[in-house]
Amino acid sequence: MSRPEKFIIDGKRLDGRTPDQLRPIKIEVDYLKRADGSCYLEMGKNRVVAAVYGPREVHPRHLQDPTKAIIRYRYNMAPFSVEERKRPGPDRRSIEISKVSKEAFEAVIMKELFPRSAIDIFVEVLQADAGSRTACINAASVALVDAGIPMKGILTSVAVAKVDGVLVLDPMKEEDNYGEADIPFAFLIRGGKIESIALLQMDGKMTKEEIKEAINLAKKGAMEIYQMQREAIMKKFIEEGENE
Amino acid sequence: MSNDILSEIKKDYVLSKLRDGERIDGRKFDEFRKLEIRTGLIGKAEGSAYVKLGNTQVVVGIKMQPGEPFPDVPDKGVIIVNAELVPLASPTFEPGPPDENSIELARVVDRGIRESEAVDLSKLCIEPGKKVWIIFVDIHALDDDGNLLDASAIASICALMNTKVPASRFGLGEDFDLPVNDIPVSVTSLIIGDKFLVDPTRDEMSVGERTLTVTVDKSDNIVAIQKSGDYLLSEPLFTEVLEASIRASKKIREEILRQCSKAC
Repeated sequence: MSRPEKFIIDGKRLDGRTPDQLRPIKIEVDYLKRADGSCYLEMGKNRVVAAVYGPREVHPRHLQDPTKAIIRYRYNMAPFSVEERKRPGPDRRSIEISKVSKEAFEAVIMKELFPRSAIDIFVEVLQADAGSRTACINAASVALVDAGIPMKGILTSVAVAKVDGVLVLDPMKEEDNYGEADIPFAFLIRGGKIESIALLQMDGKMTKEEIKEAINLAKKGAMEIYQMQREAIMKKFIEEGENE
Repeated sequence: MSNDILSEIKKDYVLSKLRDGERIDGRKFDEFRKLEIRTGLIGKAEGSAYVKLGNTQVVVGIKMQPGEPFPDVPDKGVIIVNAELVPLASPTFEPGPPDENSIELARVVDRGIRESEAVDLSKLCIEPGKKVWIIFVDIHALDDDGNLLDASAIASICALMNTKVPASRFGLGEDFDLPVNDIPVSVTSLIIGDKFLVDPTRDEMSVGERTLTVTVDKSDNIVAIQKSGDYLLSEPLFTEVLEASIRASKKIREEILRQCSKAC
């Protein structure tokens, strides 16, 4: 892939989207049999699977907390998920993503309800195409609901990038690689409203005005993703009700 | 256990002071601790800096060697930031491979330097596609009394400003000063409810490791942000921290220039 000469032509992005448009999203709840909760999610060319195990016993034992559940989050990329084969196992990037994602979920899961236990969230990236960490958080949120883990609300994640001086929602690979800035967000959505920011990172160059503008764009995208998460969850539980 | 009780007491103290609108060491909410910089203390390194921020101490050394460029940028030098949180610096640091905290620290420092384009990497190409200069920025913590991240970022940029490219050692002509064009400053704030404290000390951190780091370049652009810790951030507080970080970054940059131009 080489740097495109222009990212936005006649108000349209390289894949035909407008700057404030998301990539197509597909969400499937209860995708895995063994996990307590699971979700398969596509966001553009991203293909990710999330599984939740727990609350369950903590191993190793010394990690357990007598006052609350510990949350563990593992973001992992399959070796075949990117153009050049990725060496299996955690690299520095995956470790950082796992850390900030874990902290975002720690802030919304009601972990005091499950002392001495662990809630494990595993996300596997089968195919990555920019924004895999946001796709993973969206999938993990749904998997947590599927597992029946009590939360303050739902986490919804989306990134905003700057290309050719224009802010674009949910950047694809070219925009992410050659853009001027990238900000992944995750919001806590409660009662259908965005309440606060649970994850926030940024690299690139932006003025503080642009950052404020980026938040508003991200919030718009997050509300759309939230609706899709909600529909996917509702669909699953309605189907379950019908089968009984 | 005794540690837990002590930290509970410290936590109460920090919070009760905060209710009166004060910090335990009397600083303003957006004020850094006293900053002391010394450069060039490691003769064997291509560049080095020692930073003391309050009681937090860190040494950064720069080593350089020719190596292969990244295939997607064949004509630019490579910069690699690494942090070692050695057990000497804190009772909570353990020996062994870098954990998530040291990886995060190194990556946030890296982003500040990279995205502000502080080092002119295009001047570090030896033979396009084959040989470029690789810069290793190694952060070595000595004493973590809070906000090791900002101290490390300051030490890193000061060490880079102090660096001479060792061309003659590799038979590549005369040594030259590493081209540094910007001074990114990272500003870390501790988030406590709807309040924030810039450059928190270890005692202040006892209320919870919840921080927001904003790195600012010399033109007041934001070049990196990292929210760290299990908390929810409101939008108004974020905006406030953003503004305060830009203000604080200016003062620190002035201080770096004042102390480094003397020494470098």
